[in-house]
Amino acid sequence: MNRTVGTREARGSIAIVKDETSSSTRERRNPPWSVAVALPALVIAVIALCALAPDWLSPYDPTDFDTDAILRPPSLAHWMGTDHFGRDVLSLVIHGARRSVLMGALAALLGAAVGGAIGLVCGYFGGALDLVAMRFVDLWLSTPPILLAILIATALGPGFWSIILAVGGVGAPRYARLMRAQSLAVARRPFVEAARAIGVGDGAILLRHVLPHAFSALLVMATFGVADSILTGAALGFIGLDVVDDRPDWGFLTHQGRGYITIAWWFAAFPGFAVTALVMSVNLLGDALRDRLDPRLETRAPR
Amino acid sequence: MIVYLLQRLLSVAVVVYGAVTLIFLILFWLPGDPAELVAGPDADPATVATIRDRLGADKPLVEQYLGYVVRLAHADLGVSFTTGEPVFDRLAEQAPATFELTLAAGSLALASGIGLGVVSAVNAGRWGDYAIRSSLLLFASMPPFWLGVLLILLFSVTLRWLPAVGNGAAAQLVMPAFCLGLIAACPLARLVRANVLETLHEPFVVALRGKGLGERAVLYRHVLRNALAPAVTVFGVLTGEMLSGAVVVETVFARQGLGRLLAEAVGGKDIPMALGATLLAAVVFCIGNLLTDVVHRIIDPRIES
Repeated sequence: MNRTVGTREARGSIAIVKDETSSSTRERRNPPWSVAVALPALVIAVIALCALAPDWLSPYDPTDFDTDAILRPPSLAHWMGTDHFGRDVLSLVIHGARRSVLMGALAALLGAAVGGAIGLVCGYFGGALDLVAMRFVDLWLSTPPILLAILIATALGPGFWSIILAVGGVGAPRYARLMRAQSLAVARRPFVEAARAIGVGDGAILLRHVLPHAFSALLVMATFGVADSILTGAALGFIGLDVVDDRPDWGFLTHQGRGYITIAWWFAAFPGFAVTALVMSVNLLGDALRDRLDPRLETRAPR
Repeated sequence: MIVYLLQRLLSVAVVVYGAVTLIFLILFWLPGDPAELVAGPDADPATVATIRDRLGADKPLVEQYLGYVVRLAHADLGVSFTTGEPVFDRLAEQAPATFELTLAAGSLALASGIGLGVVSAVNAGRWGDYAIRSSLLLFASMPPFWLGVLLILLFSVTLRWLPAVGNGAAAQLVMPAFCLGLIAACPLARLVRANVLETLHEPFVVALRGKGLGERAVLYRHVLRNALAPAVTVFGVLTGEMLSGAVVVETVFARQGLGRLLAEAVGGKDIPMALGATLLAAVVFCIGNLLTDVVHRIIDPRIES
């Protein structure tokens, strides 16, 4: 803005001193919380409620087989139709929320905790430890993540915890890279040196001084990490790495529905829609969080 | 250039070797007995012991590792737990179908990613930009398997335009390629948009405009050239994404290929097959990254090794 005003004045050959105070208007203001935040927050709240109290929300018992109502299209009685056992799809989706949400959240938490800790320590201490650990991280990144997750989950045997371990494990190196850079930058700041000078131990410096400074970057990345983990977890569920359970996750539900796609569109469509709604809401919230915490951060890794 | 290429090839060899070792270590240290996996839950201890002996799963780490590396060097990936076929032959048999799919998806991703990114950046702040960015967010949030389901519902079940499953015909390639290409197109378009916007604010663009060059020429002859060079680098990463995505996409559309092979290996707890497919993908991924770096260096001569 300033620039255009300046040139217009110059064209009129009126020499003006550039108004220094006007630059303060370009200072960053926190973007207001808006619909782009409220709507995804609402979606996440509803899904969280489903995960916390599925019995309270679902109209039917998801384990109820109603042989008189097999593969019925959506109706007033069954909003999302019924599946090949006559189970209510809406109830299945509501009960699947816990598994799907926990899978994504725990995997992201695991990745952020393990990767973040490695990066924090490596960036702070540097030296041989840093060199070796970071080469290991590079190697970890040299295999396509979903494939590595599939391999790990297969070797662990199918199951809920295998998926979390696999998805969290392949996510960890990205956090390590990020936190190493953050930790390296903070460790050089004078207050860290001051803390060391007055005799604060390395562990206390890391936890009380370095981590808080690097935390917002970690938080933003972990938010997008939850979205990615839900997608990856759902993909692993879809190809059959979750154990067969009477309350399956959304990926596995979609997989089951895929088999009936030509005769019952609702069975595959709704569980997948739930994944999309959740992931999109988390992504939108992540964007808002990033804008608020630090607009210069671009921690989203290409996926 | 030749020295650079040799250096890069050497480093790729090191990375591939490292990845192979890492995957071996992961499998070795994971809890879970491969012999028990092969034998199944109902097998008696004697059977498990026989299988363990046959697999060499009770030998020490170094011995197992050396055997594994030597066999790999001879392109011997072992035999499938479920069918007994050599893993290498199965992979070679399925690779062309996946290659065809990723090639089609990659071209689509490149064209649409760059196109959408440029259109979005040029219209920054207007409704065109808003529409493109919203749909990119939507598609990036969609699990590929669900997009596949929706495509089948629309084009196969309702409209009956395209076959839902199988491979061979061009019509059977359209939906899987679109589904897989979109995985790569979304981040690519975002990056191109950001790069074009950033380049548009560089001083040299002001200079070009100042000397009277038309907006079109500024954009196509100068801005794009500068903005696309960094975009090429992510394409290596996206190769990896597409290799991973092939697992899901090939499963949804019931296509033959490496991804489907891996998904089936997972279902049958066929570790040699899963390992072989993952190793192959890791190698392809590394080569993809190598090609990306070389292309980047060719189109952007400012980069020095």
